[in-house]
Amino acid sequence: MSGSTLEIKDLHVEIDGKEILKGVNLTIKGGEFHAIMGPNGTGKSTLASAIMGHPKYEVTKGQILMDGEDVLEMEVDERAQAGLFLAMQYPSEISGVTTSDFLRSSINAHREEGDEIPLMKFIKEMDDAMDYLEMDKNMSQRYLNEGFSGGEKKRNEILQLMLLKPAIGILDEIDSGLDIDALKVVSKGINKLRNENFGCLIITHYQRLLNYVTPDYVHVMMQGRVVKSGGPELVERLESEGYEWIKEELGIEDETVGE
Amino acid sequence: MSNDVFTRDYIESYSTQQQEPTWMTDFRLKAFETAEAIDMPKPDKTKITRWDFDTFEHVTNNQSAKQITLNDLPEGIKKFIDTEKEQNLLLLRDNVREYVHVSEALAKQGVIVTDLQTAIKEHADLVKQYFMTDAVSVNEHKLTALHGALVNGGAFIYVPKNVVVEEPIQTIFWQDNSAQALFNHVILVAEENSEVTYVENYLASETEAKTVMNVVSEVFAKANAKVSYGSVDHFAHGTTSYINRRGLAERDAKIEWALGQMNDGDTISENVTHLLGDQSVCYAKAVSVGRGDQTQNFTANIVNHGKHTDGIILQHGVMKDKATGIFHGIGKIEHGGTKANAEQESRVLMLSKHARGDANPILLIDEDDVTAGHAASVGRVDPVQLYYLMSRGISKQEAERLIIHGFLAPVVNEIPIEAVRKQLTDVIEGKVY
Repeated sequence: MSGSTLEIKDLHVEIDGKEILKGVNLTIKGGEFHAIMGPNGTGKSTLASAIMGHPKYEVTKGQILMDGEDVLEMEVDERAQAGLFLAMQYPSEISGVTTSDFLRSSINAHREEGDEIPLMKFIKEMDDAMDYLEMDKNMSQRYLNEGFSGGEKKRNEILQLMLLKPAIGILDEIDSGLDIDALKVVSKGINKLRNENFGCLIITHYQRLLNYVTPDYVHVMMQGRVVKSGGPELVERLESEGYEWIKEELGIEDETVGE
Repeated sequence: MSNDVFTRDYIESYSTQQQEPTWMTDFRLKAFETAEAIDMPKPDKTKITRWDFDTFEHVTNNQSAKQITLNDLPEGIKKFIDTEKEQNLLLLRDNVREYVHVSEALAKQGVIVTDLQTAIKEHADLVKQYFMTDAVSVNEHKLTALHGALVNGGAFIYVPKNVVVEEPIQTIFWQDNSAQALFNHVILVAEENSEVTYVENYLASETEAKTVMNVVSEVFAKANAKVSYGSVDHFAHGTTSYINRRGLAERDAKIEWALGQMNDGDTISENVTHLLGDQSVCYAKAVSVGRGDQTQNFTANIVNHGKHTDGIILQHGVMKDKATGIFHGIGKIEHGGTKANAEQESRVLMLSKHARGDANPILLIDEDDVTAGHAASVGRVDPVQLYYLMSRGISKQEAERLIIHGFLAPVVNEIPIEAVRKQLTDVIEGKVY
C-alpha cells in the first residue's frame, strides 16, 4: 500500500452546542481524489474544519483515524505533522509576519531540529512554486494574507500545499471567488501533486473546479451526512439536473442542517 | 520628598564636585526648591503613591573620563554596537563618559556629540538655551523638578544648519552599579534643514536592587529639520522609572519616534510632541512588553498647533504574567490648527489571564477644519490565527512567537540601527518567553 489512509467514522460535530455533522463516514486513501459536493449549509466545511481541529468545532461522537492513529487526540500541529493539510476557505491574516517567513517556519516544522531547510534551497522551491502558480514574487515579502485579494489568498493556500506536500490534502472551497483564469492555475497546482502517495478531499458546491481536477469518487452531503456516493459521472448528473432528484429520491425537504 | 539625604547642601557640593558653572548650581538649587513645594505627577489610571522613587544612589564616580576601547566592553554591551563600521557613539557607564567618537567629517561640519557634563562646560550658551526651558519644565511636577536638581548625566547632540548626518548617532547609557540612579538628560538640537538619526540604549544588569531612573529627553527640530529618534529602554525589575521624551517641531519639520519600552520595573513613560510650525509632522511609534508584577503607564501625545500638521501615534503592547500596562494615546488639535490631522492606534495583546491592559484613546479638538481618527483594542492572541499557523505543523509556542513578533513588527522595524533592532528583538524574545 502506498500513501496514507484517512478514515472518518460516524462523525458527529457541534458548533456552539448545535449539531452540524450527524454521522459522516468516509475513507480517503493515498492516490485517491474525492470530491464532496452539496448545497450551502449542509456541513461540508464543518467536516474539513473538524478534521483539522478548528477550536470552535466540537466532536461529540465518532472517530477520525490517520493510518490507524487517533486524530482527535492530536493537537492541530500534530495533525499537520501526521500528514494532514487543509487549504482553508478563509485563511487568517497575520500582520507583521511575512509570507516567506511563515512558509519557511511551516516547512521547518516538518523537519528535524538542526535539519532546517537551507535558505537558498527554500527560496528556490518557493520561487518555482510561485512561478508555477503565476504569483507575484513580491507577495512573499508581504504580510501573510494581509490585504490579499480573494484570489491571492487561494493561490497562497495552494502554494503552501505544494511546498508542504502532505499525505492528505483537504481543499475547502478553494474555487470560491476565483475567476476562470485563476481557477485554471489553482487546478494546475492541485494536479501537479497527483500521485499515488497523495490523497485529496475537494469540497465545493460548484462542479466547474471538477472539470479541471477530475475526482475518482464523488460524495453528496445533505443534512450533515454523506447521502450519496458515486464516480465522476455523478458530477455530470448534478450539473445537468441539480440536487432536486437526490432530495426526492431520499425524501429530503430541507437539505440544510437546521438553521 | 521623604528622602532626607538630598538637601540644599548636598546639591551645592555635588555641583561643585562636578565643577559646574554658577548658573548650573543656581538652576539646581532653584529646581530643588520647586521640588520641595510641588506634588508628584498623577498619571491617569495608575496610582503611584506607593512607588519607591526614594531609594537610590545618586553620586557619580567623577574620575576624569578615561576613553576606553570598544573591545574592553563586556559582550552584553558590545552586542548593541555595530562594530563593523565607524561609529558616532557616546557611551556612559553609570553616567560617567567612557567613550565618545564622532566621525571627522561630522566634527568638521560642527556636529556636537558629547556628554551633558562636558557640554555644560564647553557649550554653555547652547545648553542654557535648551536645558529645561521651552520643552520640559522644572515646574511640571516633583519628578521634573527633582530631575532639574539632581541631573547627573546625559547627552548633548547638536546638528548645525543644513547638515545632513548620514550615519546614525548612537548613545549607550549603561547602568553597571545596580543601585546607581540615572538622572539622565538628553538634548538633541537639529537646526534648520538638518537631518539626524539618533538611537539611545538604556542598559542595566538584571537585578532586584532598588533604584530610580529619572530620564528626560528634549528634541528640537527647527524649520525643515528631520529627526529620527529611536530608543530601547531596558531597566531592571527593582528600578522605578520616570521617562519623559518631548519634541518641538517647527515649520515643515519632522520628528519620528521609535521607542522600545522594555523596562522590567514600574514605569511611567510619556512621549509628547508639539507640532508648532505649519506642515510639521510627527510619527510616534512605541512597543512595550510587560511581565512579572510590573505596572507601566505609557502616554503618547501629539499636539497639533500649526496648520496642516500631521500627527500619527502607533503603540503596540504585550502584557504577560501579572503585568499591568495602561496606554494613553492623546491627539490634541489646538485652535488655529486648520487642516491638521491627528491619528492614533493603540493595541494591547494579553498573554495571560492575570495580565491587565488598557488602551485609552483621547482626541481633544479645538478647531473645526481638521481630520482625526483613533483605533484601540485590547485582546488575546486570536485562537483562529493560532489554528491557522498550527495547521501548517507549527507548534503552539512558535505560532504565538510569530504572532507576537508580527504584532510588534510595525515599530521594531522602524528602529534605525540594525544592531539595535536585532537587540530589541532579542530583548522582546527574552521578555516574552
